[in-house]
Amino acid sequence: MKKVGNHKSFSKIFFSLALTLSFSLSVFSQDSVPTDAAAAPTTGGDPVTGKALFNANCAACHALDKVMTGPALRGVAEKYDIEFLYKWIKNNTELIKAGDATALKIFNENGQKAMTPFPQLSNADIDNILAYTSTTPPPPPTPNPGDVVGKTGGDSGISNDVILGALSLVLAMLIVMLFLVNNVLTKIAKANGIEVQKDEKSLPIWKAFVKNQFLLVVSAILFLLFAAYFAYGFLMQVGVDQGYEPIQPIHYSHRIHAGDNGIDCKYCHSAARVGKHSNIPSLNVCMNCHKNISEVAPETLAEGNEFGVNYNTEIDKLYKAVGWDKTSQAYTGKTEPVKWVRIHNLPDFVYFNHSQHVTVAGVECQTCHGPVEEMEIMRQYSSLTMGWCINCHRETNVKVEDNAYYTKIHEELSKKYGVKQLTAAQMGGLECGKCHY
Amino acid sequence: MASNKKYWKSVEELNENSSIVETLRNNEFVEQIPVDEFLGDNESLSNSATSRRDFLKYVGFSTAAASLAACEGPVVKSIPYVVQPEEIIPGVADFYATTIADGFDFANILIKTREGRPIKVENNNLEGAKTGANARVHASVLSLYDSLRLKQPKIAGKEATWGEVNAKVKASLEEANSQGGSVVVLTNTLASPSTEALIEALKVKYPTVKHVIYDAISESNALDAFEKVYGERALANYDFSKADVIVSVGADILGDWQGGGYDAGYANGRIPKNGKMSKHIQIEANMSLAGANADKRIPMTVANQKIALVDLYNAVVGGSVSKNTEIVKVANQLKSAKSKGVVVTGIDDLDAQLLVLAINNAISSEAFNPNDAKLTRKGNAKEVSQLVDYMKAGKVHTLIMSGVNPVYTLPNSKDFVDALKKVKLSVAFSMKEDETALITNIAAAAPHYLESWSDVAIERGHYSVAQPTIRPLFDTKQFQDALLTWTENSASYYDYLKDFAANTIVEKSWNQIVHDGFATSEVLPLVMNEVDFSSSSSKLAQVKPAALELVLYTKTGMGDGQQANNPWLQEFPDPITRVSWDNYVTISKKDAERYGLKNWNVANGGMNGSYVTLKVGNATLNKVPVVVQPGQAVGTLGLAFGYGKSAALKQEMQVGVNAYTLYNDLTANQIVTVTKEEGEHEFACVQLQKTLMGRGDIIKETTLEIFNSKDAEVWNPIPMVSLDHQETPATEVDLWTSFDRTTGHHFNLSIDLNACTGCGACVIACHAENNVPVVGKSEVRRSRDMHWLRIDRYYSHEETFNGDVELKEGTSGLMDSVNTLSDMEDPSENPQVAFQPVMCQHCNHAPCETVCPVAATSHSREGQNHMAYNRCVGTRYCANNCPYKVRRFNWFLYNKNSEFDYHMNDDLGRMVLNPDVNVRSRGVMEKCSMCIQKTQATKLQAKREGRLVKDGEFQTACSAACSSGAMIFGDVNDKESQVAKLVEDERMYHLLEHVGTKPNVFYHVKVRNVK
Repeated sequence: MKKVGNHKSFSKIFFSLALTLSFSLSVFSQDSVPTDAAAAPTTGGDPVTGKALFNANCAACHALDKVMTGPALRGVAEKYDIEFLYKWIKNNTELIKAGDATALKIFNENGQKAMTPFPQLSNADIDNILAYTSTTPPPPPTPNPGDVVGKTGGDSGISNDVILGALSLVLAMLIVMLFLVNNVLTKIAKANGIEVQKDEKSLPIWKAFVKNQFLLVVSAILFLLFAAYFAYGFLMQVGVDQGYEPIQPIHYSHRIHAGDNGIDCKYCHSAARVGKHSNIPSLNVCMNCHKNISEVAPETLAEGNEFGVNYNTEIDKLYKAVGWDKTSQAYTGKTEPVKWVRIHNLPDFVYFNHSQHVTVAGVECQTCHGPVEEMEIMRQYSSLTMGWCINCHRETNVKVEDNAYYTKIHEELSKKYGVKQLTAAQMGGLECGKCHY
Repeated sequence: MASNKKYWKSVEELNENSSIVETLRNNEFVEQIPVDEFLGDNESLSNSATSRRDFLKYVGFSTAAASLAACEGPVVKSIPYVVQPEEIIPGVADFYATTIADGFDFANILIKTREGRPIKVENNNLEGAKTGANARVHASVLSLYDSLRLKQPKIAGKEATWGEVNAKVKASLEEANSQGGSVVVLTNTLASPSTEALIEALKVKYPTVKHVIYDAISESNALDAFEKVYGERALANYDFSKADVIVSVGADILGDWQGGGYDAGYANGRIPKNGKMSKHIQIEANMSLAGANADKRIPMTVANQKIALVDLYNAVVGGSVSKNTEIVKVANQLKSAKSKGVVVTGIDDLDAQLLVLAINNAISSEAFNPNDAKLTRKGNAKEVSQLVDYMKAGKVHTLIMSGVNPVYTLPNSKDFVDALKKVKLSVAFSMKEDETALITNIAAAAPHYLESWSDVAIERGHYSVAQPTIRPLFDTKQFQDALLTWTENSASYYDYLKDFAANTIVEKSWNQIVHDGFATSEVLPLVMNEVDFSSSSSKLAQVKPAALELVLYTKTGMGDGQQANNPWLQEFPDPITRVSWDNYVTISKKDAERYGLKNWNVANGGMNGSYVTLKVGNATLNKVPVVVQPGQAVGTLGLAFGYGKSAALKQEMQVGVNAYTLYNDLTANQIVTVTKEEGEHEFACVQLQKTLMGRGDIIKETTLEIFNSKDAEVWNPIPMVSLDHQETPATEVDLWTSFDRTTGHHFNLSIDLNACTGCGACVIACHAENNVPVVGKSEVRRSRDMHWLRIDRYYSHEETFNGDVELKEGTSGLMDSVNTLSDMEDPSENPQVAFQPVMCQHCNHAPCETVCPVAATSHSREGQNHMAYNRCVGTRYCANNCPYKVRRFNWFLYNKNSEFDYHMNDDLGRMVLNPDVNVRSRGVMEKCSMCIQKTQATKLQAKREGRLVKDGEFQTACSAACSSGAMIFGDVNDKESQVAKLVEDERMYHLLEHVGTKPNVFYHVKVRNVK
């Protein structure tokens, strides 16, 4: 679940509580297994155990209500004979070979794709699974008041505005009151005949300032120094795109993939291990998983609302680009390569090799790219300036363990420099030509 | 031209008093320009809110805004594959074995590809791979990205589809078949067994088909001779590493003679081992690469060469003795070498070629093995001239050409063009819309060899496969695929080839052949026929001398001219004359004086020369520039093929004259007359200094005798300098404190002057690897060439370089020295020649580093002198302080600049750029980096695999390209490495050692086998 942080108002907490509750009651009910015995199938299995078994064994290819690699399975127990299902699940190829009419029908209806046999499942297991597949579908989520409340509650801008408005109102009232009080007091004073002292006309402050040569010189120097400081600061950030966070053609969330799902960075960015580039993964890599994941879980979908994005439509964008037809579960051959906006742009005159850092030095991706697993939208975390590179080379020790390449050179060099551990700089990592050629 | 004619614009002008004419004369514009409308309205001007000052403010503001907006970085798009091919990893190079076979160059090579783009040619170093890549082969990868390639088939000059082309050709074939009309397939030497089989299949389907093979540069006589003796149309093959005495009569064995590729074997025998090295005697007319490398060079006219050859033959078979003492000496050396001797000839004459076979058989030369004869030339000059006659007579119905450009390369090109009109259908498979493709009915767009499948038989018993390394860039089709279509074979050429290879080669699987690039098999030995050599000898002896002979040759850079639109090759300086962007007639000094011809240098550092007109038979060639060539035999002229092309060529590349027009009967030796012409030609010559002027420490050389008998300090002395008024070896004197360089890698490059033939493959390899720009003729003329690696060529003033040193040492007094030295600027009439590749020497005490005001150039611990381009501000102090003159300055922006319209100016040409090396911008100094991108990559691979770097893994582009083994690169701290042994060798010396720069490039003293 998403963490709730920085909520300033009590009402916000209340609202989100309401939101969570309403969601868990209405939408999440899909996952909660109904205890209603009437809905339970005739097999007499336990749908809760069945769900666990289904997720472990079947979910890679089947969903309850949706065609995936295999057909949708809700109500399958009602369609076929239980004995047939036992045989089919345990070893369907045998059935097909034997020429079983039902088996052949199923086989042909589903594009002649062989199903993995599951001889390890006992009849009781299958009963449980079928109990789960026979649970009734949840009613379609109706828009209930909880949603609306949740949405308004989710938007913290309004409540902030209200508070600010109230505060400024109070302040304005205070000013008016002060003014009135002052007026009243002066009136009283006048009425009492008290002379209100008038200020002596002294030299205006700016004239005094101009007359004071010392102050003038000092402030001029200070002004120039500040100006130079800010000018330098401005010039130094030219071309530095730290925090660059462009909008990508497909809203890809590193938070979900690398964070929530814990996918290793190098699973997708595999070239970083061996090559100069950490490649933007080709779309076939996405399809390794997304062939089966065409929709996100409802709670994830809800998280997307917070970023104003519907993850399911983003997955559809992927399908469109790679040319995958969801309904027929086949590639159409029509592709549209995705034009990603490149975030990390080193100048052409710098040679940077990912494999040197990732594989040889064993540097974590996060060292340079920041907490990517928390980033909903990828951004440039580091400044990528030469000073930043150099600094790391000065501070980082060379990883020499288990690398025969370094054994001799490290021994000799560390003796020469009188250190135990050599830094990348001492190894020659500051030489111009190591990066510029 | 002045003229009194009066031009009038209307009839009205004839009327003298017309008021209209008067008005028009006084008013330039018929209507008043409405100046008042926008300026004259004073009221609105003065009332306008925008005053002049405001206007200036706006200008200032918008300029400032624009420049501020420019600070924002551009949005860079990155488009990954939809489905990434398994073997492609972005940023990692793949290598594919393939074979080049363009009819002139044949070699087994590797192609380096990045992200699916071929970017570099490398040598295939597997045992058994044939012929190292020469300069042209290295440059051929750029020809793939030629923007002037034929992009789709054309029928009568209009774009067409392949379906239309095939239908038309098929209809014509059928028509010819039914009418009994002759069909001629005219190709270059395919040397492709499968393609030849396909042509045979075409012959079966259409019996009137005849296959004529035409080599632009004919080896017809050598082929005829071999065929006569051994019964197979092939070229005799030689392995010079097995020869102790090599006698070459007019054969440029290090150039393109018989297809070239002899460097490696030759160089192998030239490195002194155990006090022995081969002796090379060259008898020739033009100064060739082989002549420049020879121990003894005898300049001779072709007529005299023939007599010399007869003398040699007689000496070997025991006939009459020659009167020429030099030839007697050569004959004696040859005889005493017995089977370790070899004689070769380049004389374009059947009898001369026969005699050579006879001599080598008589001495049973080990270097000569007819059984692995070369199959890379098959052309038949007689059949070609017959074909033109047939065409003229209207006897040819359909003419299908592939890989030939007869309109450009035939001497009787006009006849061919006329005769072509009588052919019903002419088809030319061509990569370019060249002279021939322009006038044929169908111009069929052929793919580059890097886009095609093929097989090649380079030698007997050797089978190579060429595989595509990129998808065809354009709508092209291979000749072979078309042949399959015409013979109604539905298989693709790839499938056909796969089956064919499986039937031809049983030793290796198809995958293995494609992986290795070649396979070998056993061959049946050839049987020698009975041939009457003595009649050839007597025929040859009857040669009549001519007043002036023309010897046509091919240049190392241009070859037969099919890559004329390749800027790398155009800018490649000829190894001998050091002239780029031109061909020219070479003439001896004596003849030049006779005809009043000369070369002179002008103020901007360029070389100029006179023009001549050459006349051979009925053919004349006008405005041929002249280069006075030391070593050119008196009474001979040399002229190179491959230039003077105009079709499918960028304006800048249309240089030189077409020597093919003088190539009568496809014979390289012609009788010629010369007349001087007015005007002066501007050459782009990169080296004006011709001699060393006795500075023996630049190229150190000695004789084998001295090398064997004396200590190294005699023939390789360490220069002495004065330190505290005492003679001290220069290597011991240091201006700076030295660093300890024993830890880690320390890169050194070894260059053996004995093995270096000056072939220039390294120059082009360096070009390709390091994105070196091409600057064009006029910039080269201004000495602004950008080559990181140059091969200096020096002539001796005396007969030998040692003679030069003695002459210089022998002078006394100022006047004598001055006079002698100025004399020594002129090379001898038959000089010794020496080549010296010079690149950045990567000095440990580099003079350039100390003068850089911004520390853009600095030294690494590994021996490389680094150059940070982004730091360079272009003061050029470094170049001025470099004693080796190897730094190059970017005077202009050479990429994306239409002023330099070479490959870096179009999207296609830029695909050849190496993505690991920066493309330098204007105002930046650059130089050889010792291929730091390659050493870094090698180190990284070892680190990733957790192992030490093996010897031979470290390579530079030049050392990898050097097939003669002259350049060896490696880590001297690895004591087991080859380079570490070479640096300890007695022949080792550094260039300009007395300067004390302590370079990391070292040379090996050149040893000549003179005796």
